[in-house]
Amino acid sequence: MSRRLLVISCGLIYFFLMLPLLVVFPISLSSAPYMQFPPPGLSWQWYERYLDDPQWIDATWRSLYIGSATAVFALALGVPLAFALVRGKFFGRILIDRLALAPVIVPTIILSVAVYGLFAKLKLIGTWYGLVVAHTVLALPFVVLVIGAGLRDFDRSLEQAAEGLGASRWRTLARVTLPLLRPSLVSAGLLAFISSFDEVVVALFLAGANMTLPKKMFDNIMMEIDPTIAAVSVMQILLVSIVLVLIGRFGRGLRDSAR
Amino acid sequence: MSASGGSADLLIEGVARRFGEVVALDHVSLQVAQGELLTILGPSGSGKTTLLKVVAGFETPDAGRVTVGGADITALPPARRDIGMVFQNYALFPHLSVAANVAFPLEMRNVAKPEIERRVAEALAMVELKGYEARLPRQLSGGQQQRVALARAIVFNPRLLLLDEPFGALDRKLRETMQLEVRRLQRRLGLTTIFITHDQEEALVLSDRIAVMSRGTIQQIATTTEIYERPANDFVADFVGESNIFHGTMSAPGTVTLDGGRVLQVRSDRPAGSKVGVLMRPERFAPSGANAFAGEVIESVYLGTSFKLRLACEGGLELLVRQPARGALPAAGARMTVGIEPESIHVF
Repeated sequence: MSRRLLVISCGLIYFFLMLPLLVVFPISLSSAPYMQFPPPGLSWQWYERYLDDPQWIDATWRSLYIGSATAVFALALGVPLAFALVRGKFFGRILIDRLALAPVIVPTIILSVAVYGLFAKLKLIGTWYGLVVAHTVLALPFVVLVIGAGLRDFDRSLEQAAEGLGASRWRTLARVTLPLLRPSLVSAGLLAFISSFDEVVVALFLAGANMTLPKKMFDNIMMEIDPTIAAVSVMQILLVSIVLVLIGRFGRGLRDSAR
Repeated sequence: MSASGGSADLLIEGVARRFGEVVALDHVSLQVAQGELLTILGPSGSGKTTLLKVVAGFETPDAGRVTVGGADITALPPARRDIGMVFQNYALFPHLSVAANVAFPLEMRNVAKPEIERRVAEALAMVELKGYEARLPRQLSGGQQQRVALARAIVFNPRLLLLDEPFGALDRKLRETMQLEVRRLQRRLGLTTIFITHDQEEALVLSDRIAVMSRGTIQQIATTTEIYERPANDFVADFVGESNIFHGTMSAPGTVTLDGGRVLQVRSDRPAGSKVGVLMRPERFAPSGANAFAGEVIESVYLGTSFKLRLACEGGLELLVRQPARGALPAAGARMTVGIEPESIHVF
C-alpha cells in the first residue's frame, strides 16, 4: 500500500519535472504561426527557420566555442587549485577554499554588473574572449568541487607505490594520478561547458552584438514570439542531455562519490 | 637512474621519529643480512609501519640513518631507492593491465621494450600468472592480485623487498599457500626482505629472524626458535605464542620462588636473589614431571588436535595447558595433575 503511494508520488513529481518538455516538444513541431498548445498540426518549419537563419547558427557556434574555451580554461585553473586546496597545507587555505565557491553564492546579476564595469574599462565588452573570462569564473567552482571530491577519495598509496617503483613526481602525476582522475576531469569539463552554454545573465551584459544562443533566445522572446524558440530549446535540451549521458558514461557520477 | 645491483644488506642505525608527542620510533637499530628475511612483529601502534616507511622513503626520520649495501639512502627520494614493496592493499594501478602494472617499474627505468616484455613474462611466470597479462586488477581474485603486486615488486631486481602485512586480506587457506610461495620465491632470488606483520604465527612460518617491536623500540631480535623458546621479556613471551608467565626470585641456584610462594625447579644460572620472569609454554606440560601442579579444570576446549585447558592450581596459580587430544575431554570441575621438566621452563 505504502509502496503504491510512493510509486504514485514519484510518478507525479517526475511528470511535473517533465511537463515543460512535454509542452515544448510538440510546440516546436507546430504548424501554427505562434505559440499554441496543443498544436493544430505538425510541421518542421521552425527547425527549418532556425537552420536557415545565419543569426541563429552564428549564435549556436559562438556558444559552442565559448563553452569549450570556458571548459578548457576552467580546468586549467581549477585542477591545480583543487590539488592545492585538497593536498596543500598553507596559510589561508580555508579562506581560499571558500572563496573558490563564491561565484556560485554571489547572485549572478551582481557579478555581471561588477564584471561589466571592469570590462568596460578594459574594452572587453562584446568580445567573445571577454565572455570566456567571465564564464570561466562562473565555471571554476564546479571544477574545484568535482576535482576536489575526486582527490579526497583518491587512494594515495597508489602514488606512493608509483614513486617506490621509480616514478618521479611528474611521471606519477602523468601515469597514475591524472589517468585515475579522468572520470572527475570529464565531469568537471562537461559541467563547465554546460554552465557556459546555458548561461544568460552574464551574456546579456557582456555579449553586446556577439549573441550567444541563450542571449539570442532571450532577445527573440522580447522581439517576436514564434515557435522557433521552441525548436531551439529542443535542440539545446538534446545537446545538454547528450552531455549528461556522456558524464554518466565516462565521468564521475554526480551521485556516487565512491566509484 | 641508479643501477639495479641486486639484493643488498640493510643497516638501520639509531632511527628516531616522533609525531608531536607520540614517539613512533625510539632510536631503532637493526641489521638485515643479504638474502635474509627479517620479520618485524608487533601490535598496531608499535612503530613497525613507520619503520618500514622510513626504509621505503615515505617518511623522513628525525635522527639516524639507513644504509643499503653500504650506501646511505636516508635522504634519497623513494623513486631512487630501488626498493620493491608490496602494500597492505597491494596498491595495484586499477587502470593498467596486469602486464602494464608489472612493466611499470621497468618503464620508469627506461628499459628497452623487448627487454621489458621478456622480464614481465618471466616475473609473471614466476608467480604463476601466465595468461593473465591483459586482465585488469579488479578482474582478479585477492590471491592473484597479491601475486601481481609481488611480481611488480621483484621484476626490477630490487636491492630490498618490503612486505607490509600482505596476507591480511586473504582467507586462511590461501594465506598459508601464499606465505610458502613468498618464502620460496624469496629464497630462490636471494632477496633481502623485510616483512611486517602483527600475526605471530605468520612470523614464525616465514622468517629467518624476528624483531619484536613495541612502543617504538625493538624488544628482541633473534631467530624464530630463540624468540619462541627464550623470549627476552614479558612482552615478547606474551606476544609470541600462548604462555604462562609468572614472576619470582631466584631463591637458590636452579630454584625460583614465585611471588605466590610456589617453588619451581628450573635450569638457570641467574644468581640467587635476582628478580626473574618465568615462562612455561602450555604444550610443554606432561601428565607428570619434576614440577607437578595439581588443580581443578575451570575451562576446557576441544581444538581437534589438542585440548586447551585452564587449571586453577594451589597457591592461586592459574595455568593454561595444551594436551594432545586423546581420550575424553576433561570436564570443568575435574581434578587433574600436570607436570613440567626444569629444562622446559624459560627464565628471563
